Amino acid sequence: MITAPVETREHYLNKEYGIRSWLLTQDHKRIALLYLASITLFFFLGGMFAVLIRLELLTPAGDLVQSETYNKFFTMHGIIMVFFFLIPSIPAVLGNFLIPIMIGAKDLAFPKLNLLSWYLAVAGGVFALYAMLAGGVDTGWTFYTPYSTAFSNTYVMSTAVGIFIAGFSSILTGLNFIVTIHRMRAPGMHWFRLPLFVWSHYATSLIMVLGTPVIAVTLLLVAVERGLRIGIFDPALGGDPILFQHLFWFYSHPAVYIMVLPAMGVTSELVAAFSRKRVFGYAFVAFASVAIAVFGFLVWGHHMFVSGQSVYAGMIFSFLSYAVAIPSAVKVFNWTATLFRGSISLQTPMLYAFGFIGLFTIGGMTGLFLAALGLDVHVHDTYFVVAHFHYIMVGGAVMGYLGGMHYWWPKMTGRMYPELWAKLGALLIFVGFNVTFFPQFLLGYLGMPRRYHAYPDEFQVLNVMSTAGASILAVGYLLPMIYFIWSLRYGRVAGANPWKAVGLEWQTASPPPTENFEETPVVTHEAYEYSREREVVGD
Amino acid sequence: MSDHIVPKKLYYMIFGALIALTLVTVGASFIDLGPFNNVVALTIAVVKALLVVLFFMHVRYSTRLTKLVVASGFLWLGILIFITLTDYLSRGWLTGVAQ
Amino acid sequence: MTESGEHSLALRHQFDTVEQQRDASTLGMWVFLVTEIMFFGGLFTAYVIYRTLYPTAFEAGSHHLNITLGAINTVVLICSSLTMALAVHGAQLGSRKALIACLLLTILLGSVFLGIKAFEYADKFAHHLVPGPNFQFEGPFSRQVQLFYSIYFGTTGLHALHMIIGIGMLSVLAWQARRGRYSAEYNTPIELVGLYWHFVDIVWIFLFPLLYLLGRH
Repeated sequence: MITAPVETREHYLNKEYGIRSWLLTQDHKRIALLYLASITLFFFLGGMFAVLIRLELLTPAGDLVQSETYNKFFTMHGIIMVFFFLIPSIPAVLGNFLIPIMIGAKDLAFPKLNLLSWYLAVAGGVFALYAMLAGGVDTGWTFYTPYSTAFSNTYVMSTAVGIFIAGFSSILTGLNFIVTIHRMRAPGMHWFRLPLFVWSHYATSLIMVLGTPVIAVTLLLVAVERGLRIGIFDPALGGDPILFQHLFWFYSHPAVYIMVLPAMGVTSELVAAFSRKRVFGYAFVAFASVAIAVFGFLVWGHHMFVSGQSVYAGMIFSFLSYAVAIPSAVKVFNWTATLFRGSISLQTPMLYAFGFIGLFTIGGMTGLFLAALGLDVHVHDTYFVVAHFHYIMVGGAVMGYLGGMHYWWPKMTGRMYPELWAKLGALLIFVGFNVTFFPQFLLGYLGMPRRYHAYPDEFQVLNVMSTAGASILAVGYLLPMIYFIWSLRYGRVAGANPWKAVGLEWQTASPPPTENFEETPVVTHEAYEYSREREVVGD
Repeated sequence: MSDHIVPKKLYYMIFGALIALTLVTVGASFIDLGPFNNVVALTIAVVKALLVVLFFMHVRYSTRLTKLVVASGFLWLGILIFITLTDYLSRGWLTGVAQ
Repeated sequence: MTESGEHSLALRHQFDTVEQQRDASTLGMWVFLVTEIMFFGGLFTAYVIYRTLYPTAFEAGSHHLNITLGAINTVVLICSSLTMALAVHGAQLGSRKALIACLLLTILLGSVFLGIKAFEYADKFAHHLVPGPNFQFEGPFSRQVQLFYSIYFGTTGLHALHMIIGIGMLSVLAWQARRGRYSAEYNTPIELVGLYWHFVDIVWIFLFPLLYLLGRH
């Protein structure tokens, strides 16, 4: 029996083999996969700390670990999740992979810098891991002084150095995206024909470039103050700890928009593709992204209402914090309007998009609670805050990330994931998430402080619910890990456009060739032209 | 960025202005101008910086995008300093507690 | 489309034209300089806040800085900016001799700046004005004066580090220029390092009055 030889098309995955071809690659698509590996590792590391936290909080007494150890758990959880998972996640994986393709380019503007970005992210992670293994950090991810500079006996410097290095990874990614989007669009790809995914990454890149250097220099000063016992945040020298907070939050507030804007970009793509409709009010959504990036820099003091900051400044920050919610709301309205009268199909990516819209809305509205000066005094440093930011970062950003991963998985790998298992995963994640975090709103409002490993008995029921939810969530996260890997070998082979979607990425093969396109595309149509009868490349 | 070649003479003129301004700012610091000492020193610094940015760094002949990028950088620094300063300057203006 | 070293235009595969490559590189350097503005910005913010809170202490600290050396250094850096601009000019005209001479002059002037700075630092050390356990200041507000010096060393130290990196890059450029790498058609790296160098000069243009001149009266 003779089998005809199958000619395998050359694409970016099989063009070259061997570890050197991966570790020294300059191909944005391969770099995206390198990032996928590293951030997944950090996600599980950060998740491991979350498990330990929720285990401790099953009982009111601090009986699993000592308070000093617990402090290390929530600190490491926060640091790993924020700096080594969330901030890179969508931009470094999906952004890196898709932006050149979506604009019709062969690669990013600076491919070598892109590879350097990955190495910096890993190097930073190594410093943080070292700190973890050597004994941990217990300052909270916020590193407030003078505890972090003068009193903590843990590995603050090494962690600070790790975040500093990872910060430059972020800065270079943002720089690369900005130059690429400005200078490398294909002929005909005007700004207002760009997918909203690109707009949101552009806005994210602005934040990365303008904000990250400030936390870099601030953590550098913390390390110097700690190491050389000189510095500018130490009250014993006349320094002001509140200055640290200003400098820290100047970046760390916009950082939350680094985490959510890309997920919003993914959501725009998913909502359009799975309603088979243009995004309603495209220009408004595009401008809203930039508005979020800009306004996001003006509100950082809302983290400092009770710190000793002036009441007058607090009022201004409070007002501006309400203002920054407006462009986010505009986006939610526009996605909803896109769905209206759309031809909706409930495949897994769309389920995640729905999850994003709903949970982000709840998270965002509870942000308004916190933006109210008076109310914040009551709920500051309680589980209300913890619930709020997990709704945005997990209910929002992580859902957006998973939705995007499912949507573009066939493009990146040439394989489909198993739809039924994926739907199950999405369901478990949605249910698990809400059972974990909704009780935390109640706990916070009732007065349970955050960062405590022990609590009054009356809070136990809600805490147990929260931990139960966390177990469901954990299973939910494991599922995609397993079936994505499974699909690499056994998944259905995907064609160029399995979703029959509109966009340059669907007009090239799955997986794409190394140069992305056989020929540089010339763009003549608007983004999301679903309504017209178009020749859409399908399988 | 255009291929505009700035004539050497212009460079020398800018250089002369920068040196002159340096001498002025040092000299002015020895004269008592009250609160204006600081204003003078900072204004001269801004003018010097502008000369370097516009002529030595060719921003005068650059695209609108480049000018926007440069302006944004300084604007963002201004936001950081100004809003932080607002906190410190307004401490004690409002106590939030009925007197 | 080859991109090997002997192709003097060195068009990278992701770009379609040399102009696009040059525009992208220049924009990239400007975006990087914006990040540098914000990086130094954190320290400038600290300076502004503490000067506002402790004007007398900061004036006292400032008085112990040598205004003559500071002024000389300012002039030295301005000269180096001129030579840097002339280096770019030389490159644009394809004049290898002018390019190399101006690069070397810039390196020399930068080194002079660092030498004077080192002298100033040694002087501060001798007078126990380096923050830390050996800090001693006779007079009121000594704690806030130490704060002034922390900012002094932080800002000028960071600035000096940037200068050292700049001199390193200029040295590489001078060496490459000797090997004939640059021409009127291709001199982007000179332009880019020039932008960086001018930026470092601008940082000093602000540091000098802020640290040495404010509050003399």
